[in-house]
Amino acid sequence: MPTSSSPEFEAECIRRILAGEKQLFHELIRPCERSIFFLLLSLLGNETDAEDAAQETVIKVYQNLRLFRGESQFRTWVLSIARNEGLGRLRKLRTLREDSLEADTDEVTGDYTPAILTSWREVPLQALERQELAALLREAIQKLPAIYRNVIMLRDIEEMDVRATAQALGITEGSVKVRLHRARAMLQKELAPKLKGYAPERKRSFFGWGS
Amino acid sequence: MRIDCKHVWDYLSAYIDGDVDPDLRAQIDRHLETCEICSAVLDSTRNVVVLIADERVFELPAGFSKRLHERIDAMIDADSASG
Ligand SMILES: [Zn+2]
Repeated sequence: MPTSSSPEFEAECIRRILAGEKQLFHELIRPCERSIFFLLLSLLGNETDAEDAAQETVIKVYQNLRLFRGESQFRTWVLSIARNEGLGRLRKLRTLREDSLEADTDEVTGDYTPAILTSWREVPLQALERQELAALLREAIQKLPAIYRNVIMLRDIEEMDVRATAQALGITEGSVKVRLHRARAMLQKELAPKLKGYAPERKRSFFGWGS
Repeated sequence: MRIDCKHVWDYLSAYIDGDVDPDLRAQIDRHLETCEICSAVLDSTRNVVVLIADERVFELPAGFSKRLHERIDAMIDADSASG
């Protein structure tokens, strides 16, 4: 059996699980765990609910495994189940406010101005070892409206492509791009002035960017 | 045609993802050569994208995976017992 989380591995795994090798489900779901949790954290806003919903999601995936047709990536299918689980819980809690997760309106506001700063070209990855920087980034993402937060979670944090993100969230690829653009712009505006202080003192280019 | 800063900002995200057509990309590149403001905005946006993708920013809660797989084991056991 192929060892990575390739479509071949997934298809083979699913076939064998359905044929009775149920323990293989552990390996099938493992590469999806992180994305499931962070999508649910993005929807529900706290770790306890996100973990509980993640467990329910995984159980639903197992129970519905026969229904997976391979029309999308397995992870995308799993995330759409996670999203439904999350939305169902939100509806129950009646916390769906006007920044509705179902709404697909991406009207252009057009008056975004980025944070202007002269130079901040090095990425302070070293500084992530200090918890305060990671906390600053998490906080900025948590502050985004939910529709933007969900997209940035899947695209930039879980590094899914535009198509898979659109499928998992049930929105168009155009909406994914518009929301991603807004989300990144809001994060730049919020974070750039704060992060400048974390830039390494020694000049070095990162991936050759901006040098 | 010369494009202005506002126009560049509108395409920043697509530019970072390599999702702009070659003509527009060339125009943006030309603008970036002479505009320090847009260069800094582009660099800082890219930096933010790189930083938030780092696994140290969003970590799973301690024990998350262990608890999840225990739950799966319990489910498989129940499933096997019921046939
Ligand atoms: Zn400019």
